[in-house]
Amino acid sequence: MREINVQQITDVVERLCIEANTYLPSDVKCAIKTCRACEDGEIAKGVLDNIIENFEIADSENVPICQDTGMACVFLEIGQDVHLVGGDLTDAINEGVRRGYTNGYLRKSVVADPVRRGNTGDNTPAMIYTEIVPGENLKITLGPKGFGSENMSAIRMFKPSAGLQGIKDFIIETVEAAGPNPCPPIVIGVGIGGTFDKAALLAKKAIMRPLDTHNPDPYYAELEDEMLEKVNQLGIGPQGFGGKTTAIGLNIETLPTHIAGMPCAININCHVTRHKTEVI
Amino acid sequence: MARKITLPLTEELAKTLHAGDEVLVSGIIYTSRDAGHKRMCETLARGEELPFDPKDATIYYVGPTPAKPGQVIGSAGPTTSGRMDAYAPTMMSVGARGMIGKGARLPEVVDAMKKHSGVYFGAIGGAGALLAKCIKTCELIAYEDLGAEALRKLYIEDMPLVVIIDSEGNNLYEEGRKAYLDSRK
Repeated sequence: MREINVQQITDVVERLCIEANTYLPSDVKCAIKTCRACEDGEIAKGVLDNIIENFEIADSENVPICQDTGMACVFLEIGQDVHLVGGDLTDAINEGVRRGYTNGYLRKSVVADPVRRGNTGDNTPAMIYTEIVPGENLKITLGPKGFGSENMSAIRMFKPSAGLQGIKDFIIETVEAAGPNPCPPIVIGVGIGGTFDKAALLAKKAIMRPLDTHNPDPYYAELEDEMLEKVNQLGIGPQGFGGKTTAIGLNIETLPTHIAGMPCAININCHVTRHKTEVI
Repeated sequence: MARKITLPLTEELAKTLHAGDEVLVSGIIYTSRDAGHKRMCETLARGEELPFDPKDATIYYVGPTPAKPGQVIGSAGPTTSGRMDAYAPTMMSVGARGMIGKGARLPEVVDAMKKHSGVYFGAIGGAGALLAKCIKTCELIAYEDLGAEALRKLYIEDMPLVVIIDSEGNNLYEEGRKAYLDSRK
């Protein structure tokens, strides 16, 4: 049994909020640069150059990459031999978000009520996802999620007879409907299987997975490559101005599901796909 | 080569801009997004005056991050314009013909643009750090309680924008994509 004081979690979350919003992960930078090298649209090349210049400015001047510094999505993998002490875990995470968004001059984009609105003023509460895993470590991944892209996400409960083709069509249809709105080039997270809610969570986890990795199952790894190529034949292009680079990555995550169903969720993210992990 | 233009966006200037034109824009613009637009349209519905003169004005759909000490403004890229579609025709009817944002617009907005010689400019979504460098002054003029959504007056220099929809209703999202796909045939 290992004790971890929740104050340490607050400190880590504060730091991750600021770092995730300032420094684009190397896998995302690399994917954008690779796409720039392959781009053949004229306006598109200029847009990608500006996107690269933008993350370089954020790096060198320590400023947020994008003004939508997102809702703080916090993924915790808690070792089952960890004992959390010193206070409430949820409070500790929210205190980290509060400090990170205040001390880091990040935008406060959270309203207290979905219908009645009202900004909470400190970007809390965080969206917290906990998972109990073997071991005595605590892994924290922070992914600030902007809503220009979140709003273009979709979920569908397919009949099993829809098969693989149903999923392929749904991906294309969703990217097509999103068009220029989610700030393309985008990252596409696809969650297949589980239940209604688990499919959505899988899709969110898929956009947090580095873009230089594949699904460990070769069947889905091939599907990731195939669908990324198909999406990039749509011609939407960077910012929707026309071009090859509509998406810089497409990750698929799956779970077993029920004999009667085939849930599929698609979470859309922009080119500012942020995620930062630390292990305590 | 991008063309340099200076605001205000008069009707004459608006009519010289075409979908797909890359422009470097200088002059005064105003910031507003969801909550600010709602409030401005309620103000107009009551027959009251807006906090700024809308004639030939350009509105930037943006909610910036807070400025760090020494900064004019924080990161300041565009938000999705479609959420302002419910308000844009009203804003154009009182003279605010320029809009800066990103993403698709409804046919009602395009119709209002044709009627009032409106122009919809695109800024690069997600390039907030780069775009902030073009903002030279920032003054809060109303709705301070809305935080990031408050109404601000900005002076910009050479902000790199693209005309997405022009005053005749031509649309880069349709034409640019088609041109790219045609070039691949």
